[in-house]
Amino acid sequence: MKITFSINGKQVSVDTNGEAPLLWVIRDTLNLKGTKFGCGKAACGACTIHVDGKAVRSCSFATKYAEGTEITTIEGLSSGGQKHPVKQAWEDEIVPQCGYCQPGFIMATAAMLTEIPNPTDQEIDDNIINICRCGTYYRMRKAIHRAADLKNQNS
Amino acid sequence: MSKAKDKKGRRRFLKVSGVGAGVLVGGLIVGCNPIRRTIFTRAEKTIPPYIGKTEPMLWFQITPDNKYILHSSKVEMGQGTFTGLAQIAAEELGVNVEDVEVVHAQTDTGNIDAFATGGSLSIAGLYNPLREMGAAMREMLQAKAAEKLGVPVGDVKMENGNAIGPNKSLTYGEVVIDVNDWKVPKRPSIKERKDFKYIGKDIPRVDLVEKVNGAPIFGIDAEMEGMVYASLLKPAAIDASIKNIDLNGADTMAGVEQVIIRDEYIAVVASSYIEATQARRMIRYEVEINKAWDTKTLEEHIKVGKGTKQVVQKEGKRIEDISESGKVVEIEFHSPIGAHAQMEPNGAVASVKDGKATVILSTQVVSITRDEVAKALGFSKKDVNIIPTFLGGGFGRRLHTPLAVHAALLSQEIGKPVKCFMDRKQEFQNDTFRPPTHHVMKAKVSQEGKILGLEHIFASGNVMFESALIPPFAHGFMEGFLRADIGSIRGGSIMYQKLANYHTAYYHNKLPFATSFWRSLGLLANTFAIESFIDELALSVNGDPVTMRLEMLDSSDSHQKRIMEVIKTVAQKAGYTNEVVNGRAMGLAASIDAGSPCAQVAEVSIENNQIMVHKVTCAFDCGFAINPDQVKAQVEGCINMGISAAMFEKMDIVNNELQPINYGAYRMAMMKHSPKEIDTILIEGMAEPGPVGEPPLGPIGAAIANAVRRITGQRITRMPLEIS
Ligand code: FES
Ligand code: FES
Repeated sequence: MKITFSINGKQVSVDTNGEAPLLWVIRDTLNLKGTKFGCGKAACGACTIHVDGKAVRSCSFATKYAEGTEITTIEGLSSGGQKHPVKQAWEDEIVPQCGYCQPGFIMATAAMLTEIPNPTDQEIDDNIINICRCGTYYRMRKAIHRAADLKNQNS
Repeated sequence: MSKAKDKKGRRRFLKVSGVGAGVLVGGLIVGCNPIRRTIFTRAEKTIPPYIGKTEPMLWFQITPDNKYILHSSKVEMGQGTFTGLAQIAAEELGVNVEDVEVVHAQTDTGNIDAFATGGSLSIAGLYNPLREMGAAMREMLQAKAAEKLGVPVGDVKMENGNAIGPNKSLTYGEVVIDVNDWKVPKRPSIKERKDFKYIGKDIPRVDLVEKVNGAPIFGIDAEMEGMVYASLLKPAAIDASIKNIDLNGADTMAGVEQVIIRDEYIAVVASSYIEATQARRMIRYEVEINKAWDTKTLEEHIKVGKGTKQVVQKEGKRIEDISESGKVVEIEFHSPIGAHAQMEPNGAVASVKDGKATVILSTQVVSITRDEVAKALGFSKKDVNIIPTFLGGGFGRRLHTPLAVHAALLSQEIGKPVKCFMDRKQEFQNDTFRPPTHHVMKAKVSQEGKILGLEHIFASGNVMFESALIPPFAHGFMEGFLRADIGSIRGGSIMYQKLANYHTAYYHNKLPFATSFWRSLGLLANTFAIESFIDELALSVNGDPVTMRLEMLDSSDSHQKRIMEVIKTVAQKAGYTNEVVNGRAMGLAASIDAGSPCAQVAEVSIENNQIMVHKVTCAFDCGFAINPDQVKAQVEGCINMGISAAMFEKMDIVNNELQPINYGAYRMAMMKHSPKEIDTILIEGMAEPGPVGEPPLGPIGAAIANAVRRITGQRITRMPLEIS
């Protein structure tokens, strides 16, 4: 079936099985490789994207539901053409190790900060539930607080 | 500047040094226990040299448009090696560190690491060779610049990518134009430490921006023109084979091109990953199980007393032969099967065409993979090019990457490039696991509370014996000669060598599934057993675990002294106390791995029966830290991975299958489990850099268990740690 949506500000139409996970459409049809496959069962968060501004695990999101939505992936995450504060904070704190999980965490964090501009540690624990095997959580937490500060300064 | 050492004292410059000479020479004298023990001790203490190419022309590429590209034979899997290498290269080459681009060397370029990326050895092994290669390259450029400028070499200064003559200067890019006759100096002058601009400094990671922006840098992101996707079906059960296959329509599903049935697997080839995977899941088959296994039979199999025995350490008397009076204490410990659970699944993209093969993949064994692919295809090695990518985690999981062979064979058969990846279930069930272990710790303690003797007798599955790092023909030999798997015994020897009597022995048994290298190998489990036991001894004699440890270490030995230093530092920095304050207790543990001692204090409370780790203080001596910030990042990563493995992770055998099969069910540490404070103190107890990426994984399990002991009074003897 034909499914039309906007991705990173661009309108696209894909002809695909509507049940196919959106993750693979993003990665292999639209060739945006920043969204990662980790588990395919909504259990790790590596595939996190924004659908209409909300964090969604795209491995478990049927493509048919993308119809008419606005999708953002790590490649399109910016703030008014500027570097996104979450990306900036991630660079400042030198968070990534292998880097594979990082786009998912950055997308999850960016979505959280639109709902909770100043998260407490407890709120971070409750909302950021992706997996990082390299164990970069300690720097991530610092980066999340820093991103919140950067974002609040800018606004 | 100091001259690189020449002749005998010469460093590893321009020459491949003797491959594992210590092990093989020892191997000739079969059956000699003291020689085996020397090998075990050496393996624990010495840093093996870099084994690979060290010609500057293979490592450095300088382009006319002033790009300085470093072709690394070591892969970047998160450990920060590329950044360290960029620092070392920039230092000696005389360019800005931000201007160095580090890439993975393809095997075609000839820059081949004969071994692997692993063992925390990349920076430790390459520190001197790369300095010398960089210096040689700089001198080669300097000589050519002098020629082009028509001035004596001594009049040309090399700075920030410029060759500066008395009147005129050239960029390095201008120097390389039209030069074909490079002369490699035999004894290049390397910088002295006091002159370092980049080495030893906190330089941001060179791969930071790509990783923050989700650049397509991993094996799973690779594509080739006209490729198809293959999904492989293998029996999920262990020790089993497949029979009575019913394709059940898989071969006629949308997108499916063909189904290939081989002895080892069934391959479904389709035009997309999802179609290949869905069709593969349609296939029905029966499983024939050779032997029934479950977690219980496993525990009976990996058990002290079962399998071949090898003495690893033997100093003084066995406990039963100690004549002084005292009480004997004995505690048994267990650790489970651990999965790597690296985030990027294994796979490869391969193209075989016109007698040439190209394979793109994440691997820790680039040259071994090339050799395996060449052999499988019947090609000569020079007709196979391996293109390594960034790894979405390594941790030892990619020390054998046979999907390169499968993808290449399928490409050869189909005539198209093939991308072949595992899904997460396959990843969990076909892992090369951390083997389960069983430990019997025993001590004799005198009336006055003095430790008279200490013993660690343990059993473990294989780590190194069956690995791809040892050529298949040598597996039997290694096993027959060494009898103790060098990987399993990592961290298993007793480091308290001031004791009059200590003894370590190892029982080895094979498992029906693959076990191999898991970050730090035997270190985590061995340290958990030994350091938990030491803590219990300290408590039983009403002693203080810091003093007790220090008293068993010998300050006249440089190695032991470094262990003492990390213990003292961590205790002081953490403000170590035996007291439980507001429900929080501290636990201390220490280890030494590959010559890098590490001590940690974990601050723990128990909330709703769940252990919470609030803070970890870590004192770590990895020698000279090339990039202290990234050493700390490795410490933090090891602590979180250690917390995960020690507190949550466990594979079981259910219906002859390894379970669980996905994240979530395979419990792992998440953000909420990570300590909010990690305080790392680096002690540079050696002038040269030592191993970094694994040693800090040692103490954490025991440190947590020791803290819990102070709160509950219970000694936890099993990982994952649970409050009963
Ligand atoms: S791949 Fe989607 S949550 Fe893991
Ligand atoms: S950085 Fe490697 S998994 Fe998170």
